[in-house]
Amino acid sequence: MSNAEASPVVASADGLAADDLALVKGATDALARLRQRFQSAIEQVIAHNGEVTVYVARAALVDVARYLRDEPKLLFNLLSDLCGVDRGLEADPRFEVVYHLFSIPHGYRLRLKTRVPENDCEAPTLVGVYPTAEWHEREAFDLMGIRFTNHPDLRKILTPDDLEGHPLRKDFPLQGY
Amino acid sequence: MSSLHHSNVIELDYAPQQKIREMLRERSALDNAITVSMGPQHPSTHGVLRLELTLDGETVVNVKPDIGYLHTGMEKQMETKKYQQNIVITDRMDYLNPMGNNLGYVMAVEKLLGIARDIPPRAQTLRVLLTELQRLASHLVWLGTHALDLGAMSLFFYCFREREKILNIYEAVCGGRMTVSYFRVGGLPYDVPPSFNRLVRDFLDEFPAALREYHTLLTNNPIFQKRTRGVGVLSGEDAIALGVTGPALRGSGVAHDVRRAEPYCGYETYDFDIPVERDGDVYARYLVRMREMEESLKICQQALDRLKPGPIKADSPKIVLPDREEMKHQMDALIHHFLLAAYGFSVPPGEAYHAIEGSKGELGFYIISDGSERPFRCHVRGPSFVNLQAIPKLCQGALLADVVAIIGSLDIVLGEIDR
Repeated sequence: MSNAEASPVVASADGLAADDLALVKGATDALARLRQRFQSAIEQVIAHNGEVTVYVARAALVDVARYLRDEPKLLFNLLSDLCGVDRGLEADPRFEVVYHLFSIPHGYRLRLKTRVPENDCEAPTLVGVYPTAEWHEREAFDLMGIRFTNHPDLRKILTPDDLEGHPLRKDFPLQGY
Repeated sequence: MSSLHHSNVIELDYAPQQKIREMLRERSALDNAITVSMGPQHPSTHGVLRLELTLDGETVVNVKPDIGYLHTGMEKQMETKKYQQNIVITDRMDYLNPMGNNLGYVMAVEKLLGIARDIPPRAQTLRVLLTELQRLASHLVWLGTHALDLGAMSLFFYCFREREKILNIYEAVCGGRMTVSYFRVGGLPYDVPPSFNRLVRDFLDEFPAALREYHTLLTNNPIFQKRTRGVGVLSGEDAIALGVTGPALRGSGVAHDVRRAEPYCGYETYDFDIPVERDGDVYARYLVRMREMEESLKICQQALDRLKPGPIKADSPKIVLPDREEMKHQMDALIHHFLLAAYGFSVPPGEAYHAIEGSKGELGFYIISDGSERPFRCHVRGPSFVNLQAIPKLCQGALLADVVAIIGSLDIVLGEIDR
C-alpha cells in the first residue's frame, strides 16, 4: 500500500479541489466568505476523504466558531465532538484541538483544528458558543493536559484526583506508571 | 399500533401536582440546602454514576455529575493495538450496543482505507439488520430499567424476555451474546448460520405483540404519566446547544437522525420514519423510543426480505482475512493470512470521522492514522457522555424522585461515558 498518492489535497478555501461529496460543494462559497472575513486567521484548508478540515489560529477560534454557528448559509449548530491530539514529542506545535461541527439544518460536517504549542498549552474555551464543549474540554484537559482559557469549571473529569500527568500524551506510559 | 399512544392518551389534571412543586420551590432557599451523594452504587444511576445533589427539602437546587469510575483508558489502549484488535475494545464501551460500536469503528477505518464502497450488499444488509436488532435490544433494556426505576417491576421481566431472543440470535451468529465483535474491516468474518433467517423471522413475527403488551402496561398508565409528563423538560435549542443527540433530541422536537442526515450502509434505501415528539419531557423521550422500536422492526423486515446469498467480504486480500477453505489450497491466501495475523494491515496516513446513529445518539469514531498498522489516535464520541451533560439543566427545580425518572429517560451507559 503506497502512501504517496494518499497525501491530503491541500487547497485554498476559494479554490477547493473538486470533491464528490455534497458537503464540500454546498459549503464552498461559505468557506470562501469565511476566509475573506478572517483572512490570515484561516491558516489552511484541507479536503481529504470527503471531509473538510480548517486550521484556525488560536486567537480567532471563538469568533470563527460563532460565525460558523450563526451564518445562515452554514448554521453549524451542533458541536458533535471535541478532542485533543498529541502529535508526538518532536512535532511542533505538539498539540492540536480538533472540533467536529455539524449543521443540522444543512447536513454539512466541518472539522476545525487549532494548533497548541507545548510551552503555552492553552486554547480558548468554546463553552460560550457551544455549551456542550464544557465536558469535552474537561476531558481534553484531563487526558491531554490542554488548558482552556476562561473555562467555567476546568477540573479533571475521568481520571482519579490523585493521578498526576495526562494519560493520552504520547510520553505517558501504557503500564507501570 | 400507532393509534395506541395518541388518541387514547388520558388527559390528566396536573394542577395539584404542579401546586405541590411550586410550593416546594417557594420554600427553597439555598441557606438550608443540603448536599447528598447519590451513587456510585445507587441502582437507579444505571452503573457507577455519582450525582452530587444539592437539595432543599425535596427540591433539587443543583446537580453535579461525577463520572470516571469506569475509566480504563480505552482510547490509550487503542493506540497500542492493531486496527483489527480494536474491534474487541469497542464492544466494551457501550455494552448494550456492541454491534453499533463495531459498525462505527470499522466504518471509520474503511473510510481511511478508501474501501467503504467495496463492501458487498449482503454484508451491508446484515450490518443494518444486526444493528437494528441491537437498537431493539438496547431500547428493551432502557424500557425495562426505566420502568423499574419508576416502580413498574413486571415490565422489566417482559423486556428481558424479548431481549433474550435477540441475544440468542447473536449467539447463533457469532457465539457472543454481548461482546459480539462480529463486524470486521472490509465486511464480516464469516456468514450467518443457515438457521439465521428463521430465527430472525420468528422474532420479527412475535415482537409486535410484545410491543403492544408494553404499551398496555405503561403508555396510558396514569401513575407512569404522572411521574413522567412535564418532568425534565428540555427545549430543542437547549438540546442542540448541549450536544444532545438521539431519542433525547428527537423528544425535544428536532428531527435529526444520522441515518437520515448522513446515510450509511444503504439506509437511504429503507423505508422508515424518524419519530419526533414536541414536549421534550421524560414522557416524550419514552414515546420516541417506543415508536423507534416499531421503525427498527420495519427496517429489520425490509433487510431480511432483501437478504440474498452473496459475498460477505470486500475483495481486498491485504485487508480482509481469506476463507479457511481457500487457505488450505492457495499459497497466496496462506501468505495473506499469515501477514494479516502477524503484522496486521497498514492504513494510509490521514484522518476520518465517521458517525452512526447508535441506540443512544450520534456515535462517532475519530481516527488519525500515521500510516502504520495501529491508530495514531482514536477518539470516541459517545452519545451517553454528551447526553449526561444535560442532567443539571433537566434536574434543577425538579423533585428528588424526578431525578431517577430523568436519568432513566436519558438512557446512559457508563461504560461508554468513562471509556
